[in-house]
Amino acid sequence: MLIKNAPEIRASEITDESHYLRRREFIRLATGVAFGALAAGKAEAQTPLPNITKHIVTTAADEKVNSFQDITSYNNYYEFGMGKNDPQRYAGRLKISPWTVKIDGACAKPADYHIEDLIKPFELEERVYRHRCVEAWSMVIPWVGIPLASVLKLAEPTSKATFVEFTTVLRPTEMPGLSSGGLNWPYTEGLRLDEAMHPLTLLAVGLYGKTLMNQNGAPIRLVVPWKYGFKGAKSIVRIRFVSKMPVTSWVEENPDWYGFYSNVNPNVNPVRWDQSRERRLPGFFATRKTELFNGYGEQVGSMYSGMDLKKFY
Amino acid sequence: MRRIIKPLAFLAALLPVAWLVWGIFQGTLGANPAETIQLQTGRWALKFLVLTLAVTPVRRLTGWNTVIQYRRMLGLFAFFYASLHFTSYIVLDQFFDWGAIVRDVPKRPFILMGFTAFVLLIPLAVTSTKGWIRRLGRRWQALHRLIYVSAICATIHFIWKVKVATGDPTVYATIVAALLGFRVAWSVRKRIQRPGRTVPQSAA
Repeated sequence: MLIKNAPEIRASEITDESHYLRRREFIRLATGVAFGALAAGKAEAQTPLPNITKHIVTTAADEKVNSFQDITSYNNYYEFGMGKNDPQRYAGRLKISPWTVKIDGACAKPADYHIEDLIKPFELEERVYRHRCVEAWSMVIPWVGIPLASVLKLAEPTSKATFVEFTTVLRPTEMPGLSSGGLNWPYTEGLRLDEAMHPLTLLAVGLYGKTLMNQNGAPIRLVVPWKYGFKGAKSIVRIRFVSKMPVTSWVEENPDWYGFYSNVNPNVNPVRWDQSRERRLPGFFATRKTELFNGYGEQVGSMYSGMDLKKFY
Repeated sequence: MRRIIKPLAFLAALLPVAWLVWGIFQGTLGANPAETIQLQTGRWALKFLVLTLAVTPVRRLTGWNTVIQYRRMLGLFAFFYASLHFTSYIVLDQFFDWGAIVRDVPKRPFILMGFTAFVLLIPLAVTSTKGWIRRLGRRWQALHRLIYVSAICATIHFIWKVKVATGDPTVYATIVAALLGFRVAWSVRKRIQRPGRTVPQSAA
């Protein structure tokens, strides 16, 4: 039943038709890169996701999709260390099978789901999204996943549910970065309910047509393309409906640098960051002008109408 | 012996920049080569600052006096890598947008701190020649104490730059604190030992 109720994004809403029509060319290129990586022995743990039914490209024709190598070797996942290479080096230690996701809080049907059961009822979609890090670099990433809204509706949130909190797995023996301190673990993130239900918000389980690499947040992670990358909680073990704005890990660490919303915005520059421009990797120069809502303003802007984005950053 | 070792040390000090240039052309600097260049030039600037600051303590503690002959070279390499680091900010981050740079430097404490550390090294590099040492006389040494301030600023720059202050920035801060602490301890000891200027003795 829920499949029928799941909101659909018409591709025409997101990208113009000429780009959409070129999607097969893109997929061909993409799989080429993926197989290249496979041949190099980099993706041996990944299994293909054969039942991807939709391919939605949200980026412009001149935006090149980043290579599998770039996406899987340059990650912020502090549980595995603070170096950009550390997640690639150490994330293999994380055991992702079996995996259970707890959905609870203000909802009528809280439950623990085996990840297979959580995903199986829905059609997998490929979504090519811009990914903008708060560190002023960006990539284009071909995620595979399902709309978060589909999963949230399973739990039937009550009227008290106004926010959703996401918790990342915490396993000190498998996550060497935890011993060096850092954030107040486990990593938590949050969205307002309408943001969580937005059709662009994705629960990603794959990359380049295969299951996620651990360094990218396997087996299941959040992708919110109009927000800074850290909003996308990785390796999720709990999704909780709450009535108050959650205090997320980064806001707790440094509220002057990070806000709850963390929408990509070239005009909001907390003291640490200059967000007016970005470096599109693997390029050298930070000359790309950052777009409000990372270029997804048409789809998401209305959720923030009337809000002072400088105050609610 | 020095004729062989010094040129070798000079070449060794160029290895990090050689590795970066090689990496740019070979594409081995990772997904974000600009960041690798910035991190590495910054780290090597700080490493050479630390090495320069270590010369005097090493000489005093070990009596190995020849080490002083390497101090200028080490200091100039600190300046060299700091210059590359600063240039990487101008070119890779800002792409010569001078208006943005003028707005950015004072607004962001960590950039201002790094900028100060770099600017303080300029007069030291300029006056590192024999001619300037002669001309400035006693004032030369006073002027070159600016390296202490520069090292402190560079360390704070590193700590403020990272999102979570653990690991390497803390290690560098500890080393810089130890090297500067050595100087304080040394001068206190000297003052106590100097005849006629001893601390008044208590009734004994």
